[in-house]
Amino acid sequence: MKNSFKFHSEIPVTSLTHKWIDHKSTLKLVSPNNRSNIEIIVVGTGLAGGSAAASLSELGYRVKAFCYQDSPRRAHSVAAQGGINASKNYKGDNDSIYQLFYDTIKGGDYRSREANVYRLAEISSNIIDQCVAQGVPFARDYAGYLETRSFGGTKVSRTFYAKGQTGQQLLLACYSSMARQIGKGRIKMYNRHEMLDLVTVDGVAKGIIARNLISGKIEKHAAHAIVIASGGYGNIFFLSTNAMGSNASAIWKVHKKGGFFANPCYTQIHPTCIPIHGNYQSKLTLMSESLRNDGRIWVPNKLEDAVFLRNGSKKPEDISEENRDYYLERRYPSFGNLVPRDVASRAAKERCDKGFGIENNENKEGVFLDFSFSIEKYGKEKANELGIQQPSSLDKKKLGKKIMESKYGNLFHMYEKITNEDPYKTPMKIYPAVHYTMGGLWVDYNLMTSIPGCYVIGEANFSDHGSNRLGASALMQGLADGYFILPYTIADYLSKCITEKISTKHIAFQQAEKNVKDRIQKLIQNNGNMPVDFFHKKLGNIMWKYVGMSRNHIGLCKAIKNIQELRYEFWKNVFVPGYVDDGLNSELEKAGRVADFLELGELMAMDALNRKESCGSHFREEYQTKEGEALRDDVHYKYVSVWEYRKNYPISDEIMHKEDLNFTFAKVQSRSYK
Amino acid sequence: MNFKLKIWRQKNSKEKGYFKTYQIYNISSNSSFLEMLDILNNQIILCKKKDSSPISFDHDCREGICGMCSLYINGRAHGPDSLTTTCQLHMRHFHDGETIYVEPWRAKPFPIIKDLIVDRSSFDRIIISGGYISVNTFGKTIDGNMIPISKHQADKAFDASTCIGCGACVAVCKNRSAMLFVSAKVSQFALLPQGKIERKKRVLNMIKKMDEEGFGSCTNTRTCEVECPKGISTEYISFMNREYIQSFTI
Ligand SMILES: Cc1cc2nc3c(=O)[nH]c(=O)nc-3n(C[C@H](O)[C@H](O)[C@H](O)COP(=O)(O)OP(=O)(O)OC[C@H]3O[C@@H](n4cnc5c(N)ncnc54)[C@H](O)[C@@H]3O)c2cc1C
Ligand code: SF4
Ligand code: FES
Repeated sequence: MKNSFKFHSEIPVTSLTHKWIDHKSTLKLVSPNNRSNIEIIVVGTGLAGGSAAASLSELGYRVKAFCYQDSPRRAHSVAAQGGINASKNYKGDNDSIYQLFYDTIKGGDYRSREANVYRLAEISSNIIDQCVAQGVPFARDYAGYLETRSFGGTKVSRTFYAKGQTGQQLLLACYSSMARQIGKGRIKMYNRHEMLDLVTVDGVAKGIIARNLISGKIEKHAAHAIVIASGGYGNIFFLSTNAMGSNASAIWKVHKKGGFFANPCYTQIHPTCIPIHGNYQSKLTLMSESLRNDGRIWVPNKLEDAVFLRNGSKKPEDISEENRDYYLERRYPSFGNLVPRDVASRAAKERCDKGFGIENNENKEGVFLDFSFSIEKYGKEKANELGIQQPSSLDKKKLGKKIMESKYGNLFHMYEKITNEDPYKTPMKIYPAVHYTMGGLWVDYNLMTSIPGCYVIGEANFSDHGSNRLGASALMQGLADGYFILPYTIADYLSKCITEKISTKHIAFQQAEKNVKDRIQKLIQNNGNMPVDFFHKKLGNIMWKYVGMSRNHIGLCKAIKNIQELRYEFWKNVFVPGYVDDGLNSELEKAGRVADFLELGELMAMDALNRKESCGSHFREEYQTKEGEALRDDVHYKYVSVWEYRKNYPISDEIMHKEDLNFTFAKVQSRSYK
Repeated sequence: MNFKLKIWRQKNSKEKGYFKTYQIYNISSNSSFLEMLDILNNQIILCKKKDSSPISFDHDCREGICGMCSLYINGRAHGPDSLTTTCQLHMRHFHDGETIYVEPWRAKPFPIIKDLIVDRSSFDRIIISGGYISVNTFGKTIDGNMIPISKHQADKAFDASTCIGCGACVAVCKNRSAMLFVSAKVSQFALLPQGKIERKKRVLNMIKKMDEEGFGSCTNTRTCEVECPKGISTEYISFMNREYIQSFTI
């Protein structure tokens, strides 16, 4: 097949600072009286989908929104802890749109689109204002103004937060905006519905096939445009910080209908998760990155101490100051504990690989995150403030603990629930885990995929994060897409549809419905021997081992082969209980998702194999500096890899296209956090 | 650890349910309650009897924030530990060899869908009736710092806003009252300047909807507060009552 695809990324050709303004002014409009004739499907009700559904319906379009949970309020965005970035310069630390733009581009290791990132930085401060107006109780200082904190990879304080529950508060605000529109009848909400296929007519998106998860009924839904906001695919690793239901099915189905998939191998590993403690474990829990503001990361510098710590004969408090290795402060003096996530994660892996890990688990993986210094410091400050002369160390601890509680209370509580240890008294144990996926469906500047009429927003698309998303930028992107970008850009497309009638009568709908039903039948009647989880765990192992925190040629080739074999095994030997016409069947739901993961996993490994450089979260062992830092190759790899699925061919035959990345405003530099 | 589990099985909303007994062995005290149920489910699946289907239960985030998990465990909503959702509950809180009863939320406004899964969409409908600030989402709003909010006020609103909508408060209440849930939302908005404009209308609508959905009224037993995994205080119920009465005066 000829590589004939030409990229129409639709990036306007004016100067960077004018692109979005100019572009907006050229977009076509749909007049208000026509909007109520237009139907839009939104799949997903997280920050991206929820904000889009609310905004589109407020504009007057008719919206059908779908989510697999029982309520939009439970979308996984609810779990985000740390905060959301915006360049407001409230703290007077010289923050600006340019600074946020620059940090984000640099944090993505120059593998994201300049124009998109600039737009994101421009919009960021509107998001905060919008959320405040919706009643988000962001943290405030004593004067009543918005409080901020700093996050890894930046030197300014631009992260707005609501304790450790920022995602929850932003999502509930967006859910309540949706609720208002549901009440008016402008949004029709389909809870407990899962999208199982995209319907295209002559290559244009016209609807979806969904399964009602309660009744088991397969439904056809038509619309003038489809917006996918189904979140990330980190769950492919089985153990991740994602919710159990997080999946790639919606985007994978779009991919197989012609939507290009970009940068599949970019997975973000988060450095501060609770380490794995047993093979029964179903998921990993994140401890927000904001903790790194007040925690110091260390391991012992003597191997024998590591052994004592693991077998419990020594406690962290028993290791004296000079026998501790604060390895981030040592290696990266200027950013210290606040280096970006990929750097912090790899540094932890390096120490544990060398045997200094402190958690007593299978792989002896884990490092300390120690708050005693901050507790002491805050306690002292507070004692001064209160005029307590020569406070005892107990007093200081008490006062300091109070301050820590107000900043991170719920996280400490969560940690204690899981591990049965009190992090106010003893350091937390943490280790990196899969967290976020930066790859996703390819979209143009208007957020439209290579399938006309199909848009993708939030974590499900690839556009803004390059190879290493910084903290607090995913929430920002989700809301920017949904509240402030898509509502403008989608009109440009819809303006051509105002007289078009939609219906599910077209043969394409029957065909897609049949395919979905056949697949369900196949899964249920397969009558193999192993439950779905067995395959998911196996896939997760392969992915973590070979396509995880560091990758190499041999491992990736192995991964591809192993995944192919596992996929074959799955279809031969999976057992899904129940009957085709049953209603609720969670095993069937899982089976469909894992079947899709088993294809996507191969593509992720292929993409990682192709990218013969290290950049951000993608660390190829063959390409590193003498000091063990990532070695980028801008001459050969300054592109987005864009994969095209070919109908009736195996995944291994997908074609890769390149979208070149041009930087006009940001100077491409090698990243250094020394 | 080993356990005897008595689990509520119910095929759908129409059929009658019953307790079924299961034995489970070799569970780590560090595994979570839901992980224990996963293991049990995989055992049931491995038996491969078409009619013995795995146990359906609701869950998603498994870190105590989405509000999806429920379960009545040994007669307590979200199990024996306080300030905990079911997904955050660990087996170390049980004794080896213990018999554990697992039931769904039981409340008329939460009809059972299957096994341990109930339908909580009545909560959504209460929010739809007014649990929001009617600001449009696409326009330009004023700068977030234009209206200062005292830290105390912001913190109080925040505490109310942390309700995860799990429904434990209803499930434990002898009257099946949803007052704690509703008061949390009403208070959050009433405490913030942005929400004050619509406060009268909001509290009236939400309380009316709550009654329509069949939730009972509050008799100050305060079990809701005891079992709420997020520690939402019944103070907010008093706050809401005040709001309610005030909404009749001009
Ligand atoms: C533990 C954790 C902490 C985080 N902390 C932060 C943070 O502090 N700051 C930050 O910026 N980012 C953070 N992130 C990342 C951020 O939360 C996510 O990237 C973001 O919320 C994703 O939003 P979304 O709207 O794209 O998807 P989601 O919120 O994941 O929503 C996906 C939606 O799609 C629906 N869905 C999925 N598949 C289907 C289907 N097939 N059919 C129908 N519906 C479907 C789901 O029901 C859901 O409604 C964190 C992530 C995690 C996991
Ligand atoms: S008030 Fe508490 S118990 Fe009730 S729904 Fe909210 S979080 Fe759950
Ligand atoms: S599964 Fe999300 S709160 Fe328990």
